[in-house]
Amino acid sequence: MGLKEKVLTKSMFVFHLSSGSCNNCDIELLDCLTPRYDLERFGVVLVGSIRHADALLCTGSANRQCMPRIKKIYEQMPKPGFVIAWGACGSSRGLFKDSYNTTEPLDEIIPVDVYIPGCPPKPEAILAGIKKLIDRINSKSKE
Amino acid sequence: MSHKATIPIGPYHPLQEEPEFYKLVVEGEKVVDVDVRIGYNHRGIEKISESKSFDQSIFIVERICGICSSSHPIACVQAIEDIGDIVVPERALHIRSIIQELERLHSHMLWVGLAGHFLGYNTVFMWGWKYRELICDIMETVTGNRQNYAMHKVGGVRRDIEKEHVPYILTRLDEFLHHLDMIKGSVLDDPVLHVRLKGVGVLTMEDAIGYSALGPTARASGVNIDVRRDHPYAAYDRVKWNVITQKEGDVFAKAVVRILEMYESVSIIRQCLDKMPAGPIDSNPKDIPPGEGIGNAEAPRGEVFHYVRSDGTNSPVRHKVRAPTYMNFPTFRQTVVGETVSDATIILAAIDPCYCCTERMLIVDSEDKEILSAQDLIRLSQEKTLKLKEKMRVK
Repeated sequence: MGLKEKVLTKSMFVFHLSSGSCNNCDIELLDCLTPRYDLERFGVVLVGSIRHADALLCTGSANRQCMPRIKKIYEQMPKPGFVIAWGACGSSRGLFKDSYNTTEPLDEIIPVDVYIPGCPPKPEAILAGIKKLIDRINSKSKE
Repeated sequence: MSHKATIPIGPYHPLQEEPEFYKLVVEGEKVVDVDVRIGYNHRGIEKISESKSFDQSIFIVERICGICSSSHPIACVQAIEDIGDIVVPERALHIRSIIQELERLHSHMLWVGLAGHFLGYNTVFMWGWKYRELICDIMETVTGNRQNYAMHKVGGVRRDIEKEHVPYILTRLDEFLHHLDMIKGSVLDDPVLHVRLKGVGVLTMEDAIGYSALGPTARASGVNIDVRRDHPYAAYDRVKWNVITQKEGDVFAKAVVRILEMYESVSIIRQCLDKMPAGPIDSNPKDIPPGEGIGNAEAPRGEVFHYVRSDGTNSPVRHKVRAPTYMNFPTFRQTVVGETVSDATIILAAIDPCYCCTERMLIVDSEDKEILSAQDLIRLSQEKTLKLKEKMRVK
């Protein structure tokens, strides 16, 4: 890990990808950006295009229709980039494990750096999750 | 001379948090046609529910949609209670009403925020979501969760509203009402919003009836329907409240209906807390007899309908869900054609679409083949989308 990753920790641009979720994680994500939790004070900004993003925040159980698109979006992300699996579905497909429309867990489709469990995770959990990611990048760049 | 251009929107875009794909066909600035492709959120909930027990299936339907995570379970438990003629204690009915109205408050507030964001009023977005936190606080105190409350169960509710919670809920509601007054004033008295929203995306009463629009979308067009009054469930027939309707059918009327409904919700919660009798909260039913039942509830977006069939075992044989956006969505084409591209967003937002709710499966039975493969199910799902499209093309 070099200078590029270290710079990312100062202000991380996040792209939100919902791959067949129940909307709850997505609402809690927007909640994080609003006055009470205000993720932007840590430099985290939600961006509209994956090409501007440093991290891909993926919610939902990765269903059949979304799976090829998740791969495509990950390939479009400028590297170095990080993937955050958000919620029980993003981490392990959660309740929808037995569904005919979910194929494989997110971390088998693309490499995942941080898991934030919960159904849905509380806004405090995403703050902790992003902090963990930043700590991880820092500790790796020291090595 | 006409030159048609196509603007693809989505499926992953910052506009709305859910994935969906739109094709707007435009002529200059004017929208002449719209096409939608869904399926990005399909998780096969009806089928999963049929493999779970009755108690577990309520947790599944709770995760159909994050915003309606009280409406879907309440409709589902009512369908199951309908099968077994299970009597629910009075206190549980009142608690159900309170949870349902709290959900409506947070959902409408969320909508006001998002609508403000789409119009470029980011202050309204921040306000709306900031004051929505008050409702989330009440939810966290009463149910233990900010979202996915897990309150409803067959025969009653899972948690009681303690005596100590009541003053807290009331003070928080007062605080909320104070902010709601401010938002009502700043949104409904804003001259720019009047110009921007009045006469935009008009859904006439005939169209609203023709498309079977539901909830605030229909009520803003003068259709006086509300499940809470027409087919009372929980404790709605024991409290006094009004159904809010508007005649205009434009985006502004939809905003007015939602904002005024929040006042009614606060009033319902206060009356329920006041009238709530002491007693048990759960009738502890033992088993569900064979039979079929229906349950409906007024979600923030309209009527949620659940059908459950039981064969006497402990899991449903068939579970059918119809969510309000399924009925409201086709009205989007009716209202957006002829408007400008810049208005398309707010017209879509005005019906408060929820794709997570909508993406259900319709056909599972087939005469020729007994077992359908996953590919067949996908094909059926695509055919359903096609059918929906055909329906949207024909007036």
